[in-house]
Amino acid sequence: MSNAIIPLLLDSLASAALIFFAAVGLTLVFSVLRVLNVAHGSLYSIGGYVAASVCLFIASRQLNPYLSFVALLFSAVFVAAILGPLIERSLVRWTYGKSEAVQILITFGLFLILEDLQRLVFGVQSLYEDSPMRLLGTSSIGGVVYLNYQILLVAMAVLVVVGLRLLINHTRLGRLITAVVTDREMAQSIGIDTNRIFILAFSLGVFLAALGGALATPTSGIAPGLGADTMVLAFAVAAIGGLGQIEGAAVASLIVGFARVLAIYLVPSLDAVAPYAAMLAVLLIRPYGLFGSVTARRI
Amino acid sequence: MRIILAAAAVVMLAALAFAAPWLQFVLTLAIAKGFAALGVAVLLRAGLISIGHAMFFAASAYGAAFLARAGINDLGLLLILSVLVSALIGAIAGSFLVRYRAIFFAMLNLAVSMVFYALCAKLYGVTGGTDGLPVPIPAVFGIVFAEPVFKSILFYLSLTLMVLVGLAVHRYLDSPLGHALSAVHSNEIRLEYLGIPVWAVLLIAYTISAALAGLGGSIAGFAIGRVVPDFAFWTASGHLVLIAVLGGIGGVPGAFIGALFLELLHSAAVTVTDAWNMFVGITLIVVIMFMPQGIYGLFERKEAQSS
Repeated sequence: MSNAIIPLLLDSLASAALIFFAAVGLTLVFSVLRVLNVAHGSLYSIGGYVAASVCLFIASRQLNPYLSFVALLFSAVFVAAILGPLIERSLVRWTYGKSEAVQILITFGLFLILEDLQRLVFGVQSLYEDSPMRLLGTSSIGGVVYLNYQILLVAMAVLVVVGLRLLINHTRLGRLITAVVTDREMAQSIGIDTNRIFILAFSLGVFLAALGGALATPTSGIAPGLGADTMVLAFAVAAIGGLGQIEGAAVASLIVGFARVLAIYLVPSLDAVAPYAAMLAVLLIRPYGLFGSVTARRI
Repeated sequence: MRIILAAAAVVMLAALAFAAPWLQFVLTLAIAKGFAALGVAVLLRAGLISIGHAMFFAASAYGAAFLARAGINDLGLLLILSVLVSALIGAIAGSFLVRYRAIFFAMLNLAVSMVFYALCAKLYGVTGGTDGLPVPIPAVFGIVFAEPVFKSILFYLSLTLMVLVGLAVHRYLDSPLGHALSAVHSNEIRLEYLGIPVWAVLLIAYTISAALAGLGGSIAGFAIGRVVPDFAFWTASGHLVLIAVLGGIGGVPGAFIGALFLELLHSAAVTVTDAWNMFVGITLIVVIMFMPQGIYGLFERKEAQSS
């Protein structure tokens, strides 16, 4: 039994890392802007498409293959720098303070637009380029062979959690964000440029989504429909952890990753049910999520 | 005035399908989605947004497929039973879902519907997995018709049901029970102080909305001849909310106007472009920003000005 537990745990960790990247941006944007971005999954898949296209280009020109790691990171930065400010300024800012129904519908409209744009730009065939994964090779843990890329994913996820925590607690920008989250009007009245904070926070959310998509493509490729699938998964994780809770999202993705891997090991046909069943179970008992609360300040 | 307009619209629909038979399928589907959007609109009146109503749409169509397989072979009976199935599921799910509000209500509905979706897609032995199940052509009063004839019967039946059910829902929304919904939206605590149990008001509304979505789902199942898990996917639920808001939640016709508008736009757009969802998305954003009352709101406003 014990030799089955280690691979199970490692698989859960790798799966949790990918799920976490999909969810953390969503929860960050919700905590600062109080907007549930239904188009978040599309930003994830756009990140994936851009990264896969660049990696394919690098492979076709036979450039230094290690460039593809740089490409993964920079395609996320590229997507965030262009789409983040554009979407926030043109659409999302009109929904601040409006009812949830309006926010959900406007971002759902954005989701429909982005899904079709991807189809037009990247076509409907699936893209697959796994050179970053092959480059890193494998290593053996406890007699079981593992892809080093999976370990890199987990490390990146930990890096993001720590990085966000440092950003929010120990930088000037983080303090400004916290002030805006705690009391938007007061922050505005003491001269904080809330518009700038909103643009930055939204773009950071887009960056995290695009990074998630970019990091996921070497393992699973990318195809139309990924945005819609990712959206619900991100939703489930963010809701389990408590909307707006970054550490909550980390713990929730561990739970969902574990539930999913457990389901694959025990009842393979139910692996897709596991995340939603976990979400339902948690929300019925604690509708505000594991770490959320009605009144406590977020972040 | 409004009644004449509505009657004229119904007659026009009937004539349109008669003149252009190829439109019949599109119109049947539009009416089916209109029923489901009407269900969503009922809940929207109470300020509750459900991103999960496609579950009832799908549950009823699956119900019809299972019942047909079990040997029931009558259109009327199948419709009634499958709507009862979705109403029952609605009552059970609603009994715990209506305790939540705002974004939590939306998320829980999403969670329940995605569990349902994943089960439908994965339980291959029961639901046929992603291939779905066939919904065979049933008999109408004991007579089995050829497919084109059945599809025509289904269309005119849907049209009749649209009028009858529409009137019934209109009466419901105009009753004290229906007005209590907007009261929940504006001030729930005051309603409790008046001695009206909010929980019961919402549970009844939720069950009705599930039944409406179910009616739409079984009509769609019969029209398409097959039910697949994608009926219940969250984007389908999103589309239902979209139709309700596009048409306007001010009255019963809004949902059907929204559905007809969208389906006709769809069949016009697919001949030109693949990216019709993009136009739907843009339309949705424009409608929400500039016409919060929806398309039906245009008629309402005109009515108010002329009288």
